[in-house]
Amino acid sequence: MDEESLLLSLELASGSGQGLSPDRRASLLTSLMLVKRDYRFDRVLFWGRILGLVADYYIAQGLSEDQLAPRKTLYRWRRGPGWLRPQGDTEEPGASEGQEGLGATLNCMEWSLLPPATEEMEMQTSVVKGRFMGDPSHAYEHTELQKVNEGEKVFEEEVVVQIKEETRLVSIIDQIDKAVAVIPRGALFKTPFGPIRVNRTFEGLSLSEAKKLSSYFHFREPVELKNKTLLEKADLDPSLDFMDSLEHDIPKGSWSIQMERGNTLVVLRSLLWPGLTFYHAPRTKNYGYIYVGTGEKNIDLPFML
Amino acid sequence: MGDLPPDPEPPPQLTSSRRNSQVSERRRSREHSRPQPTAPEEVQQIPLDAQILRGSQEMVSNQINRGWSQGASLTPNENFIFQAEEAQRGGIEYPSLNTGFPSEVQAQTYLSEGRLQASHNASLILQQLQQDEGNLFQQLESAYQEPRADLLGQYTRYHREDLQFSQDTQHGPYLRDDPALQFSPSELGFMPFSMEVTEPEPRELAVQNAKAYLLQTSVDCNLSLYEHLVNLLTKILNQRPEDPLFLLESLNRTTQWEWFHPKLDTLRDDPEMQTTYEMAERQKALFGQSGGSEGEQEMEEEAAGTAVPNIMEKAFYLEQAGVGLSSDESFRIFMALKQLVGQQPIHTCRFWGKILGLSRSYLVAEVEFREDEEEVEEMMEGGEVMEAHGEEESDEGDEGEEKATDVIPKPTWKPPPVIPKEESRNGANKYLYFVCNEPGQPWVRLPHVTPIQIVQARKIKKFFTGFLDTPVISYPPFPGNEANYLRAQIARISAATHISPLGFYQFSEEEGDEEEEGGARHDSYEENPDFEGIPVLELVDSMANWVHHTQHILPQGRCTWVNPLQKTEEEELGEEEEKADEGIDEAGQEVGPPLLTPLSEDAEIMHMSPWTARLSCSLSPQYSVAVVRSNLWPGAYAYASGKKFENIYIGWGHKYSPENFNPSLPAPVQQEYPSGPEIVEMSDPTVEEEQALAAAEEEEEEEEEEEEEEDEGQDD
Repeated sequence: MDEESLLLSLELASGSGQGLSPDRRASLLTSLMLVKRDYRFDRVLFWGRILGLVADYYIAQGLSEDQLAPRKTLYRWRRGPGWLRPQGDTEEPGASEGQEGLGATLNCMEWSLLPPATEEMEMQTSVVKGRFMGDPSHAYEHTELQKVNEGEKVFEEEVVVQIKEETRLVSIIDQIDKAVAVIPRGALFKTPFGPIRVNRTFEGLSLSEAKKLSSYFHFREPVELKNKTLLEKADLDPSLDFMDSLEHDIPKGSWSIQMERGNTLVVLRSLLWPGLTFYHAPRTKNYGYIYVGTGEKNIDLPFML
Repeated sequence: MGDLPPDPEPPPQLTSSRRNSQVSERRRSREHSRPQPTAPEEVQQIPLDAQILRGSQEMVSNQINRGWSQGASLTPNENFIFQAEEAQRGGIEYPSLNTGFPSEVQAQTYLSEGRLQASHNASLILQQLQQDEGNLFQQLESAYQEPRADLLGQYTRYHREDLQFSQDTQHGPYLRDDPALQFSPSELGFMPFSMEVTEPEPRELAVQNAKAYLLQTSVDCNLSLYEHLVNLLTKILNQRPEDPLFLLESLNRTTQWEWFHPKLDTLRDDPEMQTTYEMAERQKALFGQSGGSEGEQEMEEEAAGTAVPNIMEKAFYLEQAGVGLSSDESFRIFMALKQLVGQQPIHTCRFWGKILGLSRSYLVAEVEFREDEEEVEEMMEGGEVMEAHGEEESDEGDEGEEKATDVIPKPTWKPPPVIPKEESRNGANKYLYFVCNEPGQPWVRLPHVTPIQIVQARKIKKFFTGFLDTPVISYPPFPGNEANYLRAQIARISAATHISPLGFYQFSEEEGDEEEEGGARHDSYEENPDFEGIPVLELVDSMANWVHHTQHILPQGRCTWVNPLQKTEEEELGEEEEKADEGIDEAGQEVGPPLLTPLSEDAEIMHMSPWTARLSCSLSPQYSVAVVRSNLWPGAYAYASGKKFENIYIGWGHKYSPENFNPSLPAPVQQEYPSGPEIVEMSDPTVEEEQALAAAEEEEEEEEEEEEEEDEGQDD
């Protein structure tokens, strides 16, 4: 959700039950403003909260002018009671565009930049299951059988691989973004020169449009768009329909779409990543999404539908 | 005679100018005569050369301005801006105005075809405009700001601009006849009048043709490009967005959309918003009840007031914890609960939480009826269940009696004995639950939960759809529909996650309790009047300061164990069998943790504590609230502060399991009837046997026929 309309957005997204306490809201407003200034972001989104066992992570994302460019992700966490102060600290956040450094601070008002997600990270972290601990330096241990060559013998040895929780955090945020970040149709438009911009004349979806899944797009580079037939493409408006819609998500039915607040608010909840809530007030400009959850994919989804 | 041809030119110009001025006077009686005399002067000064184009441009636009002034006083501005904008675009589109090739007017070719003359003119005009842009816009702006009031002043200024132009650049004579008048929209009520049409300059002809083209409408719609551009520029000037060039495309689209969706209908309601308005009406009814008449109703309200909890206070504390619905939603829930209390005989009531569903969500209220109120409906439901069982048994008996000759062996499988559900107000059925989808909708009561439903609910994992009568399709088959499944999940969640600070509840003192096995096996508790509250920090530090105050549900599905075999009184049991059963009883008796067990005794999930405790605000610990979150049932929260505490659940209604969900395997294939002396499976006859049988039958028939013939023969 946009940092500019944070309070309203939190109100509207509160239907899922998770929100922020007043003190967090206040500190978020201030710190996000400072983040926007420091990192020279065009827009700062409060992405959400990942609940850990001991502490929670608060995640924010910064966008540049081009809305679909890779976003920079920042996180902030607070140590729970009874934790020792971890050593090793504030590295300078990476200043170069597109590359991100890593830092960890203890002060609750400060945000640390996360590195961009790579496929390696995703493979590494796919073996880690369970809840997040809440400490970014916590290391998950995973024993693997690896083939080790020693001279002519090839035998398998158990190797304990350590995976840091930060890596897992980065990878999970990236997966969630790619899978379930949502934007309504018409909110962004593509200029002929390439960059994607916020559509200032977006007045909101109408009520009938808002109840259809096809009016919502994934907020990421399109993957399936080129697979559409020419007939389908003929109906699309190239300046507005340049992202994948939610209609064809697999498994079908992985989105729950409801009207709340006496039919004045459309809420989409993802069943694949429970905790992701997208809200939109039809005929107004208010929309946004927030993730508050444990950061675990709901693999049981096909059984549950 | 040679003088004549040149002569008519200036005089007609003059006359036409006067006529024009007369026309203008007719149109706007307010117009002073002051501008008129100046016009002819300018006309003379304008040289007839390439610069006339500029002049004709301005003039034509002036004429257009005058022509359309009444309709849209902003047209002059727009014209200029229009031209200016065109100029800004690099003059590429300028030729559109200048191409005066009537036969070749083509829509798309403006941009591509290079017409040297046109571009030359365009560049000249560009220069001109750019030089005077500042002045233009200033004057335009000031003109714009008083659109209606100062029509005259506007035109005064335009004439001044004309003067400027004429003084600076020596324009050619302006043509005063106004062929553009012929294009005036009939709405403006202009009287088309004939005038002397002198031979127009080719440039001007080009302009007029361009304008004619712009004004043409297609078969599909009544809107011409010209009108659309007028609307667009009006909109831009009205709204004055920053960086209008940047937004031009989207504004264009918006204007087009608005043209086709005029908001004219003030009488008829927007059909789309119908459901929204209905919901709002219903919710308005909620608020209407609070304004009851005074007097007698006050007493009732007070009595009812004690039943409805202080939702707003709890919502406040939950908000401190970062959980819960927004405050206006909480208030609506409060009103809805009040409505419920008014409708049903309720002793205590509590907002249990919200269960999210696919199409709709459920708001759940936990209530306890007053003690003297017996739920008649419950009895009926139980009766129906019993009757169903009775019918099944009688059916089987009937079948057995009818086929006396060929007795179908009765299957030896007996369904597992139905474990009776707990009585109301006991165990899992201690409270009654009402649900509704949104505050304002009527509350629906959920049926009591049966043990078999809880047992099956543990094996399946399904999303709720939001409609209570949806069947739950799963394996193992769930006995009931979504209402039952919902009730079962509510029971499980309540049993697992309803906690309170240690000491808030205490056991009611009864004699002889200490002698029972397994420690205190109390079923009831009561509030401890001496409870003084535990400091928040201690609540957060140790889980031993919290206790469960709902009974644990045994694997059987009940809170108190019931021996299912004892219920079957119909079976004749010998003494030996009874003893054996008792032995089984003792072994099978299920024991659960007693009431008021602290949380520290809860089983861990994969080395993970099932509860997470947090201070609501670490920056101000003295005023914060202790918040406990369940890891086993994500969405279950409890807070405590001082003497107050509350539990709430907002979530999907499923338990957390670190492993994947594995559906139960289907039951093993049932055994067929064992072959014995009574039951022997016959083997099918072989082909030879059948043929032998057929042959034997034929012989019999032949013999019978022969006998008949003989008999007949004898009769004869």
